[in-house]
Amino acid sequence: MPFLWWTCAAFGLFGLSLGADPVKKLEHECGKTALNLLMITLSVTPVRSLTGLPQLLRLRRMLGLFAFFYAVVHFTIYLVLDLELNFRMLGADIAKRPYITIGFTALVLLLPLALTSTNGMMRRLGARWRRLHRLIYPIAALALWHFYWQVKRDVREPLLYLGILALLLGYRLLRWQRLPAEAHPRAAAPGALTSRSGSATAPGRT
Amino acid sequence: MNPRPTRIAPSEITPPEVYFSRRTLLAAALASAASGCVRAADGEPAGAPLAYERNARYSVSEKPNTYDEITTYNNFYEFGTDKESPSEYARMMRTRPWSVTVAGEAEVSGRFDLEDLLKGQPLEERIYRFRCVEAWSLVVPWVGFPLGKVLARFKPTSRAKYVELTTLYAPQQMPGQRADVLNWPYVEGLRIDEAMHPLTLMVVGLYGRTLPNQDGAPLRLIVPWKYGFKSIKSIVQIRFTEREPRTAWNVAAPHEYGFYANVNPAVDHPRWSQATERRLGSPFLAARRPTLPFNGYAAEVASLYQGMDLRRYF
Repeated sequence: MPFLWWTCAAFGLFGLSLGADPVKKLEHECGKTALNLLMITLSVTPVRSLTGLPQLLRLRRMLGLFAFFYAVVHFTIYLVLDLELNFRMLGADIAKRPYITIGFTALVLLLPLALTSTNGMMRRLGARWRRLHRLIYPIAALALWHFYWQVKRDVREPLLYLGILALLLGYRLLRWQRLPAEAHPRAAAPGALTSRSGSATAPGRT
Repeated sequence: MNPRPTRIAPSEITPPEVYFSRRTLLAAALASAASGCVRAADGEPAGAPLAYERNARYSVSEKPNTYDEITTYNNFYEFGTDKESPSEYARMMRTRPWSVTVAGEAEVSGRFDLEDLLKGQPLEERIYRFRCVEAWSLVVPWVGFPLGKVLARFKPTSRAKYVELTTLYAPQQMPGQRADVLNWPYVEGLRIDEAMHPLTLMVVGLYGRTLPNQDGAPLRLIVPWKYGFKSIKSIVQIRFTEREPRTAWNVAAPHEYGFYANVNPAVDHPRWSQATERRLGSPFLAARRPTLPFNGYAAEVASLYQGMDLRRYF
């Protein structure tokens, strides 16, 4: 839906407009949408268990793939419309600009998750699939860091996102700690518990 | 369910002119889509017409940006931190009556009505490049007069090494000031020789008419060889000082924004490159261009910084 809206705006349809700097507008809006979708994807598990609606799980893959789609569009706009395909600048940005390094890393990490999102891959990878897809936690943290770091001064919006991410990850942390290992097999795998994002943001919840 | 129709407040009824203009808008939008045009139609310059002469010597030959671009894409944090907020909220600011307080190391000080400051001051139009620290740029036809001319009237003393300028502080009129994004009021400053330089312009107009509020009405500074944040808007105070003024962005993030803030492609912002810039309003895939030392004004101003390490004094 956002995509359709921006397409109309880009062509000046229905009185919509992207303003004096359409490139930056599109770039930022796509990035923000990718971040929003990441947050919504991460909220599926808590919402599912809080509402007792197991069918919500089926939405998760679609939401995750949409997040990936918008992240790819965000990067493509940056490379094609913003840098105007100047690959030397791209290399310099990724190497020298920490916020771009971080954002690029998040995108690269999303790639294996998108590629292994098919039913076939889920079956083939089995338990490893679950471990692999825990990458979503550091990816969300990196994406948010990328947003925070490019803001010039007014960090209120990235801080709001940080609060939401802290809630989403803190919820998992608390649940893993509370439930005994035998009642909840996932708690046995320590990988996500020690992920930097989870432990760093958890105190913000209480 | 309530069977009665919902009462429609008179304020909710679309006036016919808006209703009909929507049709024209839609038709225009369709027509522009058909012709492949992606830019919105240009707004007509608002404000009262000014009497001025074009100063060709200090004007660049590049094509100026449209009035729309210059008035809807603004960094004026007093009205919000995104680019569109100033054009939405700046009308809340009252620009008449307006007075400017002159203080500090000068023989003449006090409070002056804007009209008195402008009296007998011939206005000129200069087309300047404008380079934001965020790596976008514009070309703007400003109307104003050299800052040095008005400063001389206050007879600064030999202790006046710097000029400090301050923006209006009025949270009732400037909603952005209700948040602590910057240390309000906004303060900027120049070394006295920078302030007296003939390129340094006190601006009262844009496209031949009085400034719109979002561009810093009724009185703003333009220092074309420095990043845009030096060019302070809606000025209410001029103070001559012996010490370097504590300027807003420098106080907020000293490692990112220096006092000098001269446009310099060789000195990057800690988080992004300053080597190139994107000229707004450019054709598709042709916006990025190299940034010029001192924004292209090196011949006029580089001598001011002779012997200074511009990496240190960024």
